[in-house]
Amino acid sequence: MKLDTNTINKIAKLARIRLSEEEAKDLLKDMNSILDWVEQLNEVNTDSVAPLANISSSTLPQRKDEAKDINSTDEILKNSPDKLEGYFAVPKVVE
Amino acid sequence: MDFKSISQLKSLLNENKISVKEIAETYIKRIKEKKELNIFIYFNDDKIHEQVKEIERLPNDLTLKGIPIAVKDLFCTKNMPTTAGSKILNNFEPSYESFVTQKLVDQGSIFVGKTNLDEFAMGSATNTSYFGNTINPLSKNDNPLTSGGSSGGSAAAVAADLCLGATGTDTGGSIRQPASFCGVVGIKPTYGLCSRWGIAAFASSLDQAGVFSKNVTDASILLEEIAGHDQRDSTSSNVQIPSYSKNLNPSLDGKVVGIPKEYTVEGTSDEINGVWEDAIKSLEKKGAKIKHISLPHTKYALPTYYIIAPAEASSNLARYDGVKYGFRATDSKSLDDMYELTRSEGFGKEVKRRILIGTYVLSAGYYDAYYLKAQKVRKLIANDFLEVFSDCDLILTPTAPSAAFLLNEKQDDPIKMYLNDVFTVPASLAGIPGISIPYGKDKQGLPLGIQLLSKHYNEQEIFNAAFALEKDYE
Repeated sequence: MKLDTNTINKIAKLARIRLSEEEAKDLLKDMNSILDWVEQLNEVNTDSVAPLANISSSTLPQRKDEAKDINSTDEILKNSPDKLEGYFAVPKVVE
Repeated sequence: MDFKSISQLKSLLNENKISVKEIAETYIKRIKEKKELNIFIYFNDDKIHEQVKEIERLPNDLTLKGIPIAVKDLFCTKNMPTTAGSKILNNFEPSYESFVTQKLVDQGSIFVGKTNLDEFAMGSATNTSYFGNTINPLSKNDNPLTSGGSSGGSAAAVAADLCLGATGTDTGGSIRQPASFCGVVGIKPTYGLCSRWGIAAFASSLDQAGVFSKNVTDASILLEEIAGHDQRDSTSSNVQIPSYSKNLNPSLDGKVVGIPKEYTVEGTSDEINGVWEDAIKSLEKKGAKIKHISLPHTKYALPTYYIIAPAEASSNLARYDGVKYGFRATDSKSLDDMYELTRSEGFGKEVKRRILIGTYVLSAGYYDAYYLKAQKVRKLIANDFLEVFSDCDLILTPTAPSAAFLLNEKQDDPIKMYLNDVFTVPASLAGIPGISIPYGKDKQGLPLGIQLLSKHYNEQEIFNAAFALEKDYE
């Protein structure tokens, strides 16, 4: 057992996902079995191996940093669940 | 009328034996007849008729003029909503078109609809979608089979003749495995060959777009259209795209095909090992040289993948916060409350599981033990392939350890579900191209797929060998 209920709830808080008690219990079981299963990687000696983050063989290209006007405010705001005077609106943050 | 291939439909169109409108109407009718398979998340005949008016005006020499294409609902499309199979993107209307779908639009194809998928492409059975399961069109009565996943809707759409080609994405097998389950051709090209711009991100170092089709020639036509460099994706490769379809050549004389011993795994059906044997013999008969090889780190590919993919997913999916687009939970008391409720109600179980695993393996104190370790093993897996390709042109393996399974099977154990991708994940981690083509059937008449892999940017040789093998079943 790698994880306990406290850890699950802490991770869930970090990921901004609220879990019911039932869900937390379920996930605890699944995640522990997944984490036990990935443990087998410890059999592999990786002492002198460099981590592979980008598989692409091409080098990252550079380009001029030029502003382009692609979308209008209206088009972007159209998908927002709540908007106000050209801004995204969210629940009040400051009292 | 039966449409077998892109070139056949193109000639009918060029000889004025059929119009774009008639093609559209034929496919609209078929899609309506197969509604119960739940292949499409979005289908609207008015939208198809709108496209027809535009397409009719386009010149006839466009490669895909009038060709019906289904689009995996992970690609942003301007004239159809995009959901990624998730409640959290319900009603999202992108203000832009993905690079890949734009290329298809430019060539005059008809988008017949947006296909179902596992939520955010996380799954192997198209059973984690908010919009319900997709049923494999090859299912027999009362025993609905999975179409595979995550691009299960696209594979099923091609298999059920609801389009002639479909887009998919493949992160760990999401094109090749459903292609195998539905008896169609599916290719995942080299990482970076097609731009990821406008595709909802799952695991950015693995995600790659590709296509489904009814035959190898059509796959080669479609891939050369959607491949190409794009400034807006920094990992998009700036390489010359060959004319795969014109160069198709079934000759295998002198080609060396590797057969990896690690791909004989427990739990694979005898029938699958049988078609693998058959394909090996056929390649040999066609002049290829068979070489028994070893990819020693194969068994570590799945656990490596299930650290790296969730880690990247947890970061990519942080953007779904209920502020800018998509679903937002109501009745929240504070901003944090809104984030938590939105993500709790908006994401399904598998997505939450992966976000939490990803968050855990990236969290302070665990990063080195899990994420960094996985990246190092990934390097060893990629090296295995590099070494083998120094004296092999291709690798031949089965695509999946089983034929399509029952829709409600393997639901309770995530690891069992993950094992579906045992043959497809290693190539994804190495970023190399792979195709699945149907090659024989099991006793129940279900299709079985074989997989051909090659080194980076060697799609042409993959197409050539697949083209040669395809002839065995013509």
